[in-house]
Amino acid sequence: MLEVEVRKQLGEFALDVSFRSEGRVTGLFGASGAGKTSLVNIIAGLLKPDHGLIVVDGQVLDDTQAGRHTPAHRRRIGYVFQDARLFPHLDVKQNLDYGRCMNRLSFDPAAQDRVVALLDIGHLLDRRTGQLSGGERQRVALGRALLARPRLLLFDEPLGALDADRKAEILPYLVRLRDETGVPMIYVSHDADELRRLATDVVVLERGRVARAGSPDLLVERPPASPEL
Amino acid sequence: MQHLSQAEWTAILLSLRVGIVATLVATPIGIALAWLLARREFWGKSLIDAVIHLPLVLPPVVTGYLLLLTFGRRGLVGEWLADHLGIVFAFRWTGAALACGIMSFPLLVRPIRLSIEAVDRRFEQAAATLGAPPWRVFWTVTLPLALPGVLAGMVLGFAKAIGEFGATITFVSNIPGETQTISAAIYTLTQVPDGDAAALRLVVISIVIAMAALVASEVFVRRATRRLHGT
Repeated sequence: MLEVEVRKQLGEFALDVSFRSEGRVTGLFGASGAGKTSLVNIIAGLLKPDHGLIVVDGQVLDDTQAGRHTPAHRRRIGYVFQDARLFPHLDVKQNLDYGRCMNRLSFDPAAQDRVVALLDIGHLLDRRTGQLSGGERQRVALGRALLARPRLLLFDEPLGALDADRKAEILPYLVRLRDETGVPMIYVSHDADELRRLATDVVVLERGRVARAGSPDLLVERPPASPEL
Repeated sequence: MQHLSQAEWTAILLSLRVGIVATLVATPIGIALAWLLARREFWGKSLIDAVIHLPLVLPPVVTGYLLLLTFGRRGLVGEWLADHLGIVFAFRWTGAALACGIMSFPLLVRPIRLSIEAVDRRFEQAAATLGAPPWRVFWTVTLPLALPGVLAGMVLGFAKAIGEFGATITFVSNIPGETQTISAAIYTLTQVPDGDAAALRLVVISIVIAMAALVASEVFVRRATRRLHGT
């Protein structure tokens, strides 16, 4: 269960968003500049809201009235960035293991094997990150986030930097991730097709506010705001 | 070229020891200050920056004299250190290392600061979302990514330390076997009638050491940079 009710002024831009979601995959939909990335950064704890409340599974992570702000590293919220952000000085295996080390979790070979098999990255383990293709980088980033055992996974347009072929290569892995792991997800995209395939709930953002919320079908009925916004 | 005399060897080894100790002690302090200057905003930041750079713009003899007043036997800090901890800087090789460390400090800090500033903060954010508290982000992401700059700063600092003359001779004098580094030995040799050959030998040695340091830094930095590009 996720409860978000935040306000944040970012220069000229005002973000004022509130929604609740119990879905497995909550899609955040909107044109670029709608405030999607700022919103996930606030949920991740990388950005502090000016006012508001963020509750994940009954645990209050942000409550500005009570002066509460849990820093990002104590939230156990995984984040898959559009640009993967694999650590360039570590190889693939060390990248995958990073979150486990930082959270001082015991090594679980079965969990690692499961994630490696799920994402089909077994043959990449000894590679340096500079030798990976865009799609491979994104799969490793997924595995790295998963192996830190998050209670919520954030995706910020993970397919945004990939061409159509690579997107088609990664999407099935995301579907598997949704169906085979129990981790709830928030998935940011400006691609309605992507969200119709993945999301169980959709929140539509326009200029920093929630315009609509409901089932992914609402993306079919009303076409999205034009992307030149 | 003739063989080196015992006195010349002593000066060379002393210079190396002074340069290495000065660099190794200054590096962790330099990294901490470089990080503060690169990543934190606080009151008095430009003052700290100015103090670090002071040895670069002050006449070395002034720095040496200030060191003598502060760390000399009767100096404010020197007396206390000698009485309570038994640490003496005045007219010892440790004093030479202190003088060289301070004189080379601005050159050591600058590349480290620049390389920390150049570390992409998005990697640090990614580390935080994976559960790394700030100090572990520093050790596992920021510092390894800034490593080429740290190595460059260390080599530059070492090269400066090993060639330091003015502050060292003012602070700890020119005592053969204790504080007479290569530079001080060359200076002494140029003051005696038949010292030219020995002075030239030491000149060649200091050129070799400086060149070796530069080549080593080039190799280290290139290797570390390649690692950072993930290949």
